[in-house]
Amino acid sequence: MSVIVFAGAAQFAAVGYVASGLAWPGVILLTALLNARHLLYSAALRPWLRDVPLGRRAIMAHLLTDEAFALTIAHYRRIGRTDERGFWIAAIGSTFIPWNLASLAGVVLGGQIVDPARFGIDIIFPAAMVGLAAGMLTGRREVVAAIVGAGVGVVAGLLTSPAVGIVAGGVIGPAAGLLVAAPSAHRAPASGSLRPGATSMPSLRATAVEDELADGSSDPRPPS
Amino acid sequence: MSTNLVLLAVWMFVATYPSRALGLLTPGLDRLPRVALDYLQLVGPAVLAAIAAVNVVVFKDAAGKPTFHIGIEWVAVLACLAITRWRHNLFPGLIAAVIIVAGARALGVA
Repeated sequence: MSVIVFAGAAQFAAVGYVASGLAWPGVILLTALLNARHLLYSAALRPWLRDVPLGRRAIMAHLLTDEAFALTIAHYRRIGRTDERGFWIAAIGSTFIPWNLASLAGVVLGGQIVDPARFGIDIIFPAAMVGLAAGMLTGRREVVAAIVGAGVGVVAGLLTSPAVGIVAGGVIGPAAGLLVAAPSAHRAPASGSLRPGATSMPSLRATAVEDELADGSSDPRPPS
Repeated sequence: MSTNLVLLAVWMFVATYPSRALGLLTPGLDRLPRVALDYLQLVGPAVLAAIAAVNVVVFKDAAGKPTFHIGIEWVAVLACLAITRWRHNLFPGLIAAVIIVAGARALGVA
């Protein structure tokens, strides 16, 4: 799964879904929802990588993760130009290989831990989820979406099942976030279009990671 | 080793790849409605927060009925959240969460 899916949060979540008896269509739907943010990552990288051949971009897409995006966009902004090799190093060297080696180690050695709960290992999953969410809280909308998502998830989970709660939170949370007025700095251009040469792409500044890593940089533009 | 989840993994790939590839492979993203892009941007924090909350608050009893749970897990997850925001790094937050839960269980208070 680590090779084929290569999506940490979705894989963690899938383990929980399967353990809770959620049917496969539900797992697939939630996986798609959970990874929907990658749409923003790929769109944000598009201006930098548009000259890369289609075949290589197709492979890049599979390797696009939170970490690969953060490292790549920070690198491109720093040097002010496209560096395809930088993407491969970020995606494969620092993410794909370590993730799969660690997954293999977990499969081989994990069973030797008699009672994981005794060591608090069971808390890693929800803590990792909230930690990843924390990195995405870049404004009031995101905070509202997260709080409403969590609240709806708990209520719906208590009324129905945990799996349904997660779906409900994941669907209703963003809708609640949309009710909050977007800060002017994050408003899209009037046309809503992406401009490769734009100084910034407000609608596609997807993560706190990008914003934080961009701090202090000269805000170089993608190649036009 | 069980391989019956390989097919599920393939389906999960089918579900994840389009969102990763759309922006890189097609020029059509700029045609999505503005509200759709905003919605997608909020899916990540909402889903992850829902997963975390449900996992520490909603437990199933012996009969399989969901019940409201209060425990040290709340403290651990909140500590992880605070430390991750403070340090801009997930790892120390995870370590703190594990130490809190393991410590509380070792002391018999959880």
